[in-house]
Amino acid sequence: MSVDLAARKLGLRPGTPVAKAQALYPDLVLMDADPEGDRRGLEKLALWFQHRIAPIVAVDAPDGLVLDTTGADHLHGGELPMLKDMVHRMAGAGFRAKAVVADTWGAAHAIARYGRAPIAVVPPGNTASVLTDLPLAALRLPPTIIEGLATLGVSRIGPLAAMPRAPLALRFGPDVARRLDQAFGRIGEAIVPVRPVDPVEVSRNFAEPIGAAETIARYIGKLVPLLCQGLDERGQGVRRLDLLLHRVDSRTEAIRVATAMPVRDVKRLTRLLCEKIETINPGFGIERMVLIASLAEPMDRRQTVSSLIAEEEADVSDLIDTLANRVGMQALYRFAPVESDLPERSFCRVPALAPEETKDWPEHWPRPTRLLMRPEPVQAMAELPDQPPLFFIWRGVRRKVKCADGPERVFGEWWKNDAELTIARDYFRVEDTSGERFWLYRAGDGEHGETGSQGWFLHGIFG
Amino acid sequence: MTAETHKKPGLETLRAAISRLEGHSDRRRRMLPFGVREIDIRLPGGGLALGALHEVAGGGNDALHSAAAGQFCAGIAARTRGKVLWIVTRQDVFAPSLKQVGLSARRTIFVEASSDVDVLACFEEGLRHGGLGAVVAEVARLSMTASRRLQLAAETSGSLGIAIRRWRRQTDAADFGQPTASVTRWRVSVLPSVSLPVPGVGRPRWLLELIRARAGECADFEVEACDAKGRLAPCTPVADRLALPAALADGSDQEATWARRARA
Repeated sequence: MSVDLAARKLGLRPGTPVAKAQALYPDLVLMDADPEGDRRGLEKLALWFQHRIAPIVAVDAPDGLVLDTTGADHLHGGELPMLKDMVHRMAGAGFRAKAVVADTWGAAHAIARYGRAPIAVVPPGNTASVLTDLPLAALRLPPTIIEGLATLGVSRIGPLAAMPRAPLALRFGPDVARRLDQAFGRIGEAIVPVRPVDPVEVSRNFAEPIGAAETIARYIGKLVPLLCQGLDERGQGVRRLDLLLHRVDSRTEAIRVATAMPVRDVKRLTRLLCEKIETINPGFGIERMVLIASLAEPMDRRQTVSSLIAEEEADVSDLIDTLANRVGMQALYRFAPVESDLPERSFCRVPALAPEETKDWPEHWPRPTRLLMRPEPVQAMAELPDQPPLFFIWRGVRRKVKCADGPERVFGEWWKNDAELTIARDYFRVEDTSGERFWLYRAGDGEHGETGSQGWFLHGIFG
Repeated sequence: MTAETHKKPGLETLRAAISRLEGHSDRRRRMLPFGVREIDIRLPGGGLALGALHEVAGGGNDALHSAAAGQFCAGIAARTRGKVLWIVTRQDVFAPSLKQVGLSARRTIFVEASSDVDVLACFEEGLRHGGLGAVVAEVARLSMTASRRLQLAAETSGSLGIAIRRWRRQTDAADFGQPTASVTRWRVSVLPSVSLPVPGVGRPRWLLELIRARAGECADFEVEACDAKGRLAPCTPVADRLALPAALADGSDQEATWARRARA
């Protein structure tokens, strides 16, 4: 059924007869296929993906998962970073995975299994051109049909799609045309998502399909209080909320909102959901709405600060949620100090509502307002070993140094990295004749070659 | 100025009527004084209006880096109460420097938006919330419509909004001439620091240009940059250090001098 990497290197492939393989390599380890175990494992994985990536996840048997990431990719920084993250996490768990984003389930299924790249994003509308060259096996057709088509001399999707439909349907049944249409996006295909265990969930069926944004907003307004009531009974607050909208054409639209802290506030959750209404495509109408608290956490009741002590600082967590659902959680952060002398390592990003740290940066040396992402090399002339430069040329402009502070010597962090054992940098704050102030450093101590290249770099700009 | 208004009660009632027409008579406008007398007397109300949008840009090369402009805004934000939202498109703020003008990293929440449109949307959202001390956003383009929305959002919530205008190219900086609905508009340029008797760089100095102030006049100030609590300090007057001949300091006298020279 399948082979691992070591076996693949020996030339074994899935489909090689066991007798032949054993004849070639007598000490081969053989294990019986366990389809039931595989299915259970995939379902567990699907739940994990639902927890982590997007609300609509289904098992794409026997060896894949299908996700509807519409409206969820921005929470992970875009489609490509999302795929990278997925594959990386799978690799961390010991699986080699391939991930593809495409317009349709069929196309994504085909490219993930038969495409070359482990990670691919097919731009919308490009599906047809990418699919043309793939083998027929990518179409999720039964093997008998593939063999039948092979005897006709058709082995690729492109030529098959170009053939007249009627004779094909007569000979092989309706499956060929259906799978082709599903892959090219001519007919829809519903993804029936896996369900997390026992979430708080409320739903509403409509006698008449609804479609207008105002109507959807109204029913969100009716569902959220019911959900909050359910959460209240359990003493929980919601961290992530999925709204699934089942359309009359059996497709499912989904909205996912996340919050930084457990929330049970009706007004706030309604607002977060209503902001996403414009991303819904209601099609011919929505006949069922399901609201699921897919991630809920215990919520503590907090004691409010008495006005006797101090004026209470305004709670901004609702603003944080609103912004995070617009730009993504990772784009919202605070800086926290890290104990390092190297400027670019002296800070880290922490979530906006992370508990406040107690340590702080030392204040006795002035620091520039702007730190360049990468120090830019400059040409400079300075007296050795420890004098500030007399002039320097940055971005083609020659600046004469009028006065300077320094050097502030920074040593490499040898306890983290052996290569930094001898590294040193000398930082200078310099002011040029027009009054502009810069942060320059020399890579090296000006005396010993092993401490650095002795070249000059501009690292920051002072206000 | 106050003496003048006491003399003319008619002017005061007229002002009140105008302010009622503008729709913010019911709210007492709150101010954030700079603590520098020369600046505060030039600003209507005696300080930077809270519940309003202000624009700050760097002068010269600082239009691209906004190092001085950023520090100036951080100093203002440091003197407000509550959290500060700082919205950027490309992140190059060095957090320890904010600390050095009194804006603690614990108070500052950064938003890294992917486009100018997102920046403006987050900016408006932040201003509308009302629980923040100040909302600072680095934007390149600010249209009249966008700035009016921001100004209205700030007025309704009473938050302080500061738009740091920062451009990618020097030529784009001409955009700063376009009218917007902001209440004040500043340009911050670096000046050479006062030379010290020992080698080293003195306290940074800035040229603050108040280019536009609603119901106020334009003015230029030379100040010493923000201290550890975000306060500016007035510079000692230029005339004290650089004694110009009286005949040259005044324009009309200068012409007369030239005329005398021409006759001679």
